[in-house]
Amino acid sequence: MAITVYVPRDTTALALGADRVATRLERGARARNIDINIVRNGSRGLFYLEPLVEIETPEGRLAYGPVTPKDVDSLIEAGLLEARQDHPLALGLTEEIDYLKRQQRLTFSRIGITDPVSIEDYTTLRGFEGLKKTLALDSQAVVDEVKTSGLRGRGGAAFPTGIKWQTVHDQPPGQKYVVCNADEGDSGTFADRLVMECDPYLLIEGMTIAGLAVGAEQGYIYLRSEYPLAHAILDNAIERAVAAGYLGDNILGSDRAFHLEVRLGAGAYICGEETSLLESLEGKRGLVRAKPPLPAIEGLFGRPTVVNNVLSLAAIPFIMDQGGQTYADYGMGRSRGTLAIQLAGNVQRGGLVELAFGTSLRELMEGFGGGTHSGRPLKAVQVGGPLGAYLPESQWDNPVDYEGFAAFGGVVGHGGVVMFDDSIDMGDQARFAMEFCSVESCGKCTPCRIGAVRGVEVIDRIRAGDAAEKNLVLLTELCETMVDGSLCAMGGMAPFPVQSVLQHFPDDLTPRQAVMAGGTTC
Amino acid sequence: MSQIHSPIADAWTPAQLQAVIDAHRLMPGAMLPTLHAIQDRFGYIPDAAVPMIAEALRHTRAEVHGIISFYHHFRTHPPGRNVIQICRAEACQSVGSRQLEAHARQRLGIDYHQTTPDHEYTLEPVYCLGNCACGPSVRVNDDVMGRMTPEQFDELTDELSATVVEVK
Repeated sequence: MAITVYVPRDTTALALGADRVATRLERGARARNIDINIVRNGSRGLFYLEPLVEIETPEGRLAYGPVTPKDVDSLIEAGLLEARQDHPLALGLTEEIDYLKRQQRLTFSRIGITDPVSIEDYTTLRGFEGLKKTLALDSQAVVDEVKTSGLRGRGGAAFPTGIKWQTVHDQPPGQKYVVCNADEGDSGTFADRLVMECDPYLLIEGMTIAGLAVGAEQGYIYLRSEYPLAHAILDNAIERAVAAGYLGDNILGSDRAFHLEVRLGAGAYICGEETSLLESLEGKRGLVRAKPPLPAIEGLFGRPTVVNNVLSLAAIPFIMDQGGQTYADYGMGRSRGTLAIQLAGNVQRGGLVELAFGTSLRELMEGFGGGTHSGRPLKAVQVGGPLGAYLPESQWDNPVDYEGFAAFGGVVGHGGVVMFDDSIDMGDQARFAMEFCSVESCGKCTPCRIGAVRGVEVIDRIRAGDAAEKNLVLLTELCETMVDGSLCAMGGMAPFPVQSVLQHFPDDLTPRQAVMAGGTTC
Repeated sequence: MSQIHSPIADAWTPAQLQAVIDAHRLMPGAMLPTLHAIQDRFGYIPDAAVPMIAEALRHTRAEVHGIISFYHHFRTHPPGRNVIQICRAEACQSVGSRQLEAHARQRLGIDYHQTTPDHEYTLEPVYCLGNCACGPSVRVNDDVMGRMTPEQFDELTDELSATVVEVK
């Protein structure tokens, strides 16, 4: 009987040498005449332990990590293939690892356990059960179930998913579309990537359910070009799903159709904004559209379109399988269900933490994250991507929920938590916020297009000591103009990080501090 | 974009371009898939492709040019043999990507959007590779690498340069 060994194949595991680990394991086993079966599973999302090698045992999987290629020989010598736990990298049963055990994995229940493209693995763990239940319901009942769940758009805007679906559902029959926004461009976020690389059928199932609910037979996944591995895995999974009858003209013999195609973006952050995304899918420059009309009424090619983030769609199979109320039983206030928090940046134990809304940032950064990777004190945290505010320690005890965060100017966004230690110069960070906006602005509206360029210039003048006081006033007014006058969230929120630096870290945006911290003054 | 033409600069023919365009022209929203297909096949989008795409997809040449220039991913000049992207986004900044960028520019002797005179390397900025818990992140062609230090960057470029010698 061959020993089953798991070596993850997601981008992070590969970035840390998982392929070489797998090769060395194979070679080491062959040299000792041990019969092994290496399964390339997805990642559990415990990135601080990647590459995380697991051995199948009757008691469950035993974990070893982080395993570098150089560790493989000593691991085999120490009895890895006999599942011995003597090596310093031995972690015991995977499911008992505290970081994993304390999570509430509803959406990410399967990642890292399965071979991502195995339909058999997927269905063994309740995969496609939600779709089967959906096929037995009428479309309004499906929309109602999603409304009951209280699910809100996980891309960042937090608009109720059920209401969006209802709008598309209520449009007269005809060509409609389901578009998945997989343009995960926020720094500090990788949850969409984990879904697509580690459990692609989950997204396929969620989109198919959306199509059945609103009467759309065509779906597109708009995937960023920075994710080549997700692209390959999705294409493979779609092909297999079609062959197995889960996609196509006759889903599971129901006589109902849904077709799915991956379309690649081309390195434009703005295309994560839904109307810009639709323009891009249509083959144009990704210029933001004015709303109304809403995409739900006039979306892709002018037709009613559901545009949902990967995580919103990935929450749907659980909701349809276990019931909207079961999902809604998690969370707090108007933020129902779970949030995929991504611990990133300068963090000791980075990775994915799926928990019901309501955990404090401090618990996430210290309890789960273990503080900074550098070991220096935490100084600031940026939540919600490049358009989110930098939060000082006084705000770390707030529970993570949409309304709670909004109350103090924070942004939950897509759930990215980027940690910074005390060596960071917040003046650099404020400047970068404006610089990023100037690089990525679509250029349609003036406050964003010109404001961002002027923002960089004004910050440079302040840091160079050129009429710093007057320029600080100018910067404050510029931020207000951008927030109030921009067409979409790009220009409207790009000043948030700058304003948060002005408010919470004012010492870092003066020339004296810039020089002391070794920051750039030009 | 670099103005230097690498030895593969003219590794396309109008017939080949036309074949790629024709294979995609009937797709709904065919523009981006067509541009991707051309760049994947030839490494960049040659100027000669612009009027051909315009004709096939019923756009003006100005519109096609506008679309190509809007997206950071598309290039209109041949890249070096290895495209190195360094993540400039916040999560990587928090673990030293600014120092890594400076080091890479100095080591390769080029700035972003440039190609080394020997056509070995093209250096590009990228805003997030989704490897944010294990930065700084670098992408070399289609491989992402994490926790990149300046020393490891030197080893990486040594290895990449060494491969060339073997090939020759």
